[in-house]
Amino acid sequence: MKKSLFLGTLTAAGLAAGMSAAATLDDVKARGTLNCGVTTGLVGFAAPNANGRWEGFDVAVCRAVAAAVLGDENAIEFVPTTGKTRFTALASGEIDMLARNTTWTFSRDVDLGFEFAGINYYDGQGFMVPKELGVTSAKELNGATVCIQTGTTTELNLADWFRKNNMEYEPVPIETNAEAQQQYLARACDVYTTDSSGLAATRATFEDPSAHVILPEIISKEPLGPLVRHGDNQWGDIVRWTLNALIAAEEFGITSANVEELASEPTDSPEINRMLGTEGNLGEMLGLDKDWAVRAIAAGGNYGEIFARHIGESTPVGLARGLNAQWTEGGLLYAPPFR
Amino acid sequence: MASHTDPSKESFRPSMLIYDTRYRGMTIQIVALIGFLTLLGWIINNTAQNLADLGMRPSFGFLMEPAGYDINQTLIEYQNQDSHLRAAFIGLLNTLLVAVMGCATATILGVLIGILRLSKNWLVGRLMTVYVETFRNVPVLLWIVFTMAILIETFPPPSAFRGDDPEATMAVFNSVAITNRGVYVPEPLFTRGLGDLSVFGLFQISIDLIVILAALFAGIWAARKVRQRADRIQNATGVRPTTWHFALGLIVLPVLIVLVALGFHFGYPALQGFNFQGGIYMRNSLIALWLALSIYTSAFVAEIVRAGILAVSHGQTEAASALGLRPNRVMSLVILPQALRVIVPPLISQYLNLTKNSSLAIAVGYMDITGTLMGITLNQTGRALETLLLGMLIYLAISLSISAVMNWYNNRVKLVER
Amino acid sequence: MSDPKKASVAYVRQTILPEQAPPGTAIGMIGWIRANLFSGWFNTVLTLLSILAIYGLLSVILPWLFSPTWGAQSLDECREIIAATFAEGTSKACWGVIRDRWIQLLFGFYPSEMYWRPILAFILLGVALAPILFSERTPRKFLVVTALYPFVMPWLLWGGSIWVPVAVMAGFALAYAVLKYTGPRMGTLSSTLLAVAVALIWWLFLAMPVAGLVQSAIPLGLTPVVSRDFGGMMLSIIIGVVAIGFSLPIGIVLALGRKSDLLIVKALCVGFIEFIRGVPLITLLFVASVLLNIFLPPGTDFDIILRVIIMATVFASAYVAEVIRGGLAALPAGQYEAADALGLDYWRAQRLVIMPQALKISIPGIVSTFIGLFKDTTLVSIIGLLDPLGLSNAIRADSDWNGIVWELYSFIALMFFVFCFSMSRYSMYLERKLQTETR
Repeated sequence: MKKSLFLGTLTAAGLAAGMSAAATLDDVKARGTLNCGVTTGLVGFAAPNANGRWEGFDVAVCRAVAAAVLGDENAIEFVPTTGKTRFTALASGEIDMLARNTTWTFSRDVDLGFEFAGINYYDGQGFMVPKELGVTSAKELNGATVCIQTGTTTELNLADWFRKNNMEYEPVPIETNAEAQQQYLARACDVYTTDSSGLAATRATFEDPSAHVILPEIISKEPLGPLVRHGDNQWGDIVRWTLNALIAAEEFGITSANVEELASEPTDSPEINRMLGTEGNLGEMLGLDKDWAVRAIAAGGNYGEIFARHIGESTPVGLARGLNAQWTEGGLLYAPPFR
Repeated sequence: MASHTDPSKESFRPSMLIYDTRYRGMTIQIVALIGFLTLLGWIINNTAQNLADLGMRPSFGFLMEPAGYDINQTLIEYQNQDSHLRAAFIGLLNTLLVAVMGCATATILGVLIGILRLSKNWLVGRLMTVYVETFRNVPVLLWIVFTMAILIETFPPPSAFRGDDPEATMAVFNSVAITNRGVYVPEPLFTRGLGDLSVFGLFQISIDLIVILAALFAGIWAARKVRQRADRIQNATGVRPTTWHFALGLIVLPVLIVLVALGFHFGYPALQGFNFQGGIYMRNSLIALWLALSIYTSAFVAEIVRAGILAVSHGQTEAASALGLRPNRVMSLVILPQALRVIVPPLISQYLNLTKNSSLAIAVGYMDITGTLMGITLNQTGRALETLLLGMLIYLAISLSISAVMNWYNNRVKLVER
Repeated sequence: MSDPKKASVAYVRQTILPEQAPPGTAIGMIGWIRANLFSGWFNTVLTLLSILAIYGLLSVILPWLFSPTWGAQSLDECREIIAATFAEGTSKACWGVIRDRWIQLLFGFYPSEMYWRPILAFILLGVALAPILFSERTPRKFLVVTALYPFVMPWLLWGGSIWVPVAVMAGFALAYAVLKYTGPRMGTLSSTLLAVAVALIWWLFLAMPVAGLVQSAIPLGLTPVVSRDFGGMMLSIIIGVVAIGFSLPIGIVLALGRKSDLLIVKALCVGFIEFIRGVPLITLLFVASVLLNIFLPPGTDFDIILRVIIMATVFASAYVAEVIRGGLAALPAGQYEAADALGLDYWRAQRLVIMPQALKISIPGIVSTFIGLFKDTTLVSIIGLLDPLGLSNAIRADSDWNGIVWELYSFIALMFFVFCFSMSRYSMYLERKLQTETR
């Protein structure tokens, strides 16, 4: 008796969310919020601040999508996920998209049934060692103790790489970045390996960052990007093109400061006009209104602004653009045309 | 309840299924069974449908595929190209290892603290109360991460042992290295070893160990025979021949001979490259988990022991004292054996709790069954249903076996009492 | 006594000597110390060892504890303050993180202007529990609060229209009315079945639309808060309280089932209880996080906190069932026989005679189960929920506080200690009270 009462009350209180049918866009609109999966906390990429507001590079992608779809960058529920829970959360419909520095791999795309909407950060697995060890190359790490985050592709990459080079190592599996950092700083492991962005972010917060070096070897390709479920192509398109809009906006020089002005009347660049909705009906094709890209860019700025604010060189994380520069500047960012 | 009318004369009516106490039980059981089967069918049906939607078919085939990841603490041989099944087995062995170590330590600590808490020494009593209350009122997960943090932060890294004037030195006559990665103790080595014996091709057992154990048991058996003979002589003549040196020799000598024959010596850990090499290596994830679990559980065991001792009537203590026994003999010969009857049942459930809590190994990166099968294997293969089901069954089997063994022991203690 | 030598003694004292004060070493401070700390070499060694241990611990902890870093805004600032005030290499706490985040550690991301809601819910919980826990000191009127609490608490915490809990309550009123009206006419069993059916139909099909209608007519309600915003200590308490609350009725049924003579019912109950007690909670939480949605009809999507509460309830009910079984076993057989002799049927006997007594005996056990469950709620951090321990990781991911360890752990440990210690003291008090009552 009492049980059904409780369940009844809870259901009534709106806890049991609705259905997760194929039309994610309709669900999101009906719900009024976007459910976005993020990490439980990684410096620069996603972490709640003292007011409980989530901030970070991955978070900004979610905010852009929420702004494009719902018109409000704060209409988001952030769902912290671990390496273990992230894929089931997405597959079961608990979250609408996952922006949790997730590597795009064949099996995740094909076998697990997800669709990667693009790449928001080109990364690779690297090694960090204390300078006093005198190690200059990862090939010298035979017999070392290696701290590694579990539940990620890095684990398998590491095993493969050491096996390929006929070297021994001693893995210390760790759940979160914070614990890895603690072990590494206490020298409980000689080496810390994870995506090199994570290494840089971690090193930046050390008391003395200059006492640690990131080794030149990058042992894997780690294209990180937001992903959605297979089978809902419209929703996949929305996430993909929101990300593309952010990247293209940087290329075209559209910033959060001037986007309103550029969108108020047609400019002399047809592609900017099409993107910002002053020309053509791209927004309609996506199932959104014509101002979708304007809102996405206004939410947190273009890709370059987001990068600079959360992980750029002026932040404690201090990452250089490197591979993540625009193709015009020697990087890999290359948004397909808005046509 | 008893009715005076004879029910067999009435013809059967359907309403009797509900109102007649003879049939009502049957009705309830059938309804319950149908309800249960319906629920089960509903869940299986949902699962099948959901998995079909996700494009997955439940199968345990993945267990035979190469695991691909490394495990640092293994009791038997393991490489990253071995199967997921073997990785799971490694995890199971690690779970059992920490559970056995934890139960033993928790019992010793718990009995000690439980007795000390009853001490007449005011300071010691209070200190033990503080110990018990502190450790049992804070979540065990917190203690595990806390212990791990202490181990990492307090002890020196292996590099501190390096150089001509190292910051840290090895303990116990330069043979034990305590680092923040773990503890290295000397390992037994044999210059004329007999090699390993492969068991079903699954893992290796050292023949040396088997030979030593065989010699030891043979010695114990022989010593027992000697003692029985002494008993017979005593019964017959009233004089007991002194046999202890003979018995001791029977136990020690064969083992010594075997050890010398095999060329027994210790292998000491030595710093080489990044880490110590040689010796037996206990990782600090194992130590942290072991310590935290045993300390946490010992607080509960101490309370159980205390309650058990208090349950033995004071007259027993007085009677034993009147017989002239010293306080510690009173405790070990009179109080504890009687208290055991009260202590054992709740102790079993503490052992069970400890074993189940060892699944929190995942928080410090100790690769137990939760860390391998339900951790990395689940992550890498995405087989949540299969891995979790298998893992839960394994834990269930462990729990039920502990219960069975302990209940058997409990019954024995009870029988001795009566 | 009758020693002949004594009799021949020439002088025998006739008066009793006045009492002398005991020697200075046997009374007062010194006497107490001698008797309690240094009676014999063994005790002396123990005492000295204890003093050494206490000194060793305090000399490490106290200097670290007192640290003028309350106002620091980040770990770097802490380091600066410590470097400026103390000698090189002094290890000091950085309390700025607690000042910055303690509210978050208590309430998670619950909107700050609505903190009164969880606080009120918590206070009401005390009021609702008072008639059960301190039965002799509280007026029976408080039972009204107890009865209303299950409806009020979710409404306070999650918000939404007030008519929803009212509509759910109406279901009970409806069932009761049906029972009262048809009971005398149709017999107990069919009227009970009818009442249950009516209530179920009301809850499943009518309650929500009716609540919606009334809401549109008389809008009354609180701002809804989604359960993802729950976090910190509040989350631990909610999971613990709700799971124990749910598990009580389930546990009673399971315990009765386990004691029942009906073979299949008994086997099902034993199987369930032993299965749940045989697996670690963390595996059940894994099930909650990755499998539960797969077990439910396609499209169902409970959010993770609700799923965790469901699994925690399942977990707790097995333990509560065992506690209640203990309570049932502790009742003298005479109580069962007396109930039978009065002609009460099974359910009446349970309701009027057995359960009131068995539950009373079980309360200390239930409180211990609750303490255990409450401590175990920290496990949800492993599946990514932001309980205090999970939040400590999230806080360390903030670049201001990256690298903080002990301060957060100590604060969390202290919070848990305060809660669990006071509850365990209460449970001991209750046990003593029960002992004296039954004596």
